[in-house]
Amino acid sequence: MQRTSDQASDAKRWGAGVAVFAVLAVVGGVSSAYVISLLTIVLLFTFMGQSWNLMLGIGGQLSIGHALFVGIGAYAVAILNIKYGITPWIGLLLGAAIAGVVGAVLAWLSFRFEVRGIYFALLTIAAAEFARIMFGGWDYVGGMQGLFYPAPSGTMDLAMLRGDSQFYYFVALVLAAVGVAGTELISRSYWGYVWRAMRDDDEAARALGVRTFRHKVLVVSISAAGAAIGGGVLGLVQGSIFPDSIMGMGISVDVLIGPVVGGLGTAFGPLIGSMAAIPLHHAMGSLGDSLGIPGLNSVAYGAVLILVVWFLPDGIWPAVVRLYEAVQLPARSRISQLRKVEE
Amino acid sequence: MPDDALLTIDDLCVAYDGSNALNGVSLHIGRGELICVVGANGAGKTSLIRSIAGIVPSSRGSVRMNGIEISRRPPWDICELGIAQVAEGRQIFGALSVEDNLLIGGSLKRAKQERAGTLDFVYQLFGRLRERRHQLAGTLSGGEQQMLAIGRAIMSKPEVVMFDEPSIGLSPALTDVMFGVVKSLNDQGITVLLVEQNVAKSLALSSRGYVLENGSVVLHGSSGELLENPDVQRAYLGM
Repeated sequence: MQRTSDQASDAKRWGAGVAVFAVLAVVGGVSSAYVISLLTIVLLFTFMGQSWNLMLGIGGQLSIGHALFVGIGAYAVAILNIKYGITPWIGLLLGAAIAGVVGAVLAWLSFRFEVRGIYFALLTIAAAEFARIMFGGWDYVGGMQGLFYPAPSGTMDLAMLRGDSQFYYFVALVLAAVGVAGTELISRSYWGYVWRAMRDDDEAARALGVRTFRHKVLVVSISAAGAAIGGGVLGLVQGSIFPDSIMGMGISVDVLIGPVVGGLGTAFGPLIGSMAAIPLHHAMGSLGDSLGIPGLNSVAYGAVLILVVWFLPDGIWPAVVRLYEAVQLPARSRISQLRKVEE
Repeated sequence: MPDDALLTIDDLCVAYDGSNALNGVSLHIGRGELICVVGANGAGKTSLIRSIAGIVPSSRGSVRMNGIEISRRPPWDICELGIAQVAEGRQIFGALSVEDNLLIGGSLKRAKQERAGTLDFVYQLFGRLRERRHQLAGTLSGGEQQMLAIGRAIMSKPEVVMFDEPSIGLSPALTDVMFGVVKSLNDQGITVLLVEQNVAKSLALSSRGYVLENGSVVLHGSSGELLENPDVQRAYLGM
């Protein structure tokens, strides 16, 4: 009995996910170019936010320097493609591999020397800033002038991952769907509950024979690889890459705002959070530009964060779930009472 | 020292920041035995368990399991050799479901093959856990959490289970239930090291006992002898 109701709620969850992404696919077919380009960014940050979410929401490791991995992915794709004409598919894989290794080394070094928690988070900022400055002074990758993709020809080329804005919208949509489904699958797997266990109580997990050190390195590495894939596509979408924009603190904040606003450790949180925060960020940016008030977009981020922390401390998505259950449960219990009476 | 000892601890020392928590403790547990280590707060009981489990490093001495030296090994190796612990304060993963808590306990190589069967066994032992298997462990009552901690240890198919004050924070009725569970596990062939402040009840359950004071064993003997000992009676039994 218990089992079947589990399966029913599972089916509901997956069904809801499929429905959301189906709606988004339709939106991509009918919307204006502006909406599509904005939603593309939202979906890319959903995917990158999901990778960040895996690391903090499930693995318990905070990063405020995910721009490092986003940048590595973006540069890997751009260097191979622009300088050597190699397909971005290879660049995405290579970027993910390099970011995975960099993440693993960073995690290994810090956890080996007992740099944990907020100190590890500070280290991630330092690493990202170090990389940003290094890339800015590195002529081979274009230095501060950055790298430019050739202007899009407008014809779709899946092998070279080139196309119009609608094409990139669907690439981002697929990535976001993979991110949401992947988080859901990982969080139900052996890794998922081991990671949540070590997040809850590291010592208790070790006492049960969990190799927490290895698992922490693993979760950082997987998260870094995910962020790099998102970064590779982000670079293609933007058409140009500069160290300050792709590896700056701003990117690190953009990555984490979705899951923080939407709901840490949840599968849908980053999507909802990015939907809420990023369009607002852009709208306020344009408004600020037209009013001559620079920085209005950052004020918007700050306001959203304060409101969420104040009213919905665990994010929007968990609040929606609670509301849904509050509406559903009384109805269900009435039905079960009726059934009992009939019996 | 008897030849059939499963776990042999010799001259074990543990120091935190220079002060000794354990000061050369020696004890042994035979296969299938149920022994207890009693003592007041701060006597070093928890340090003993954490040190055997590899959670805190020892500064001197040896711990041998089936003749294998384990005192320098990491906790997962020690778990893999068949030593499980039920920690003081239970250390439940509150944000995980009851079943996920149990599955983590059963993730060791030695236990993974038979995990489904062991899970069934645990659910038979604690029907309450089966009822609540999808509930978050943090929402369980104190007694249920203690059952979960014990179930999680059983999931690792241990040869030895170390209990760190299983009666702490439980009502007298639940304490009796818990001691009954410890006894029944021992009856099924699991060797038990029981660490307790409840001296009368744990000595009644065990065959032998050690009295720990200030990080040293000050007395040991059969439980009957210890219960008769005037020092034990005065210090721990309030006679």
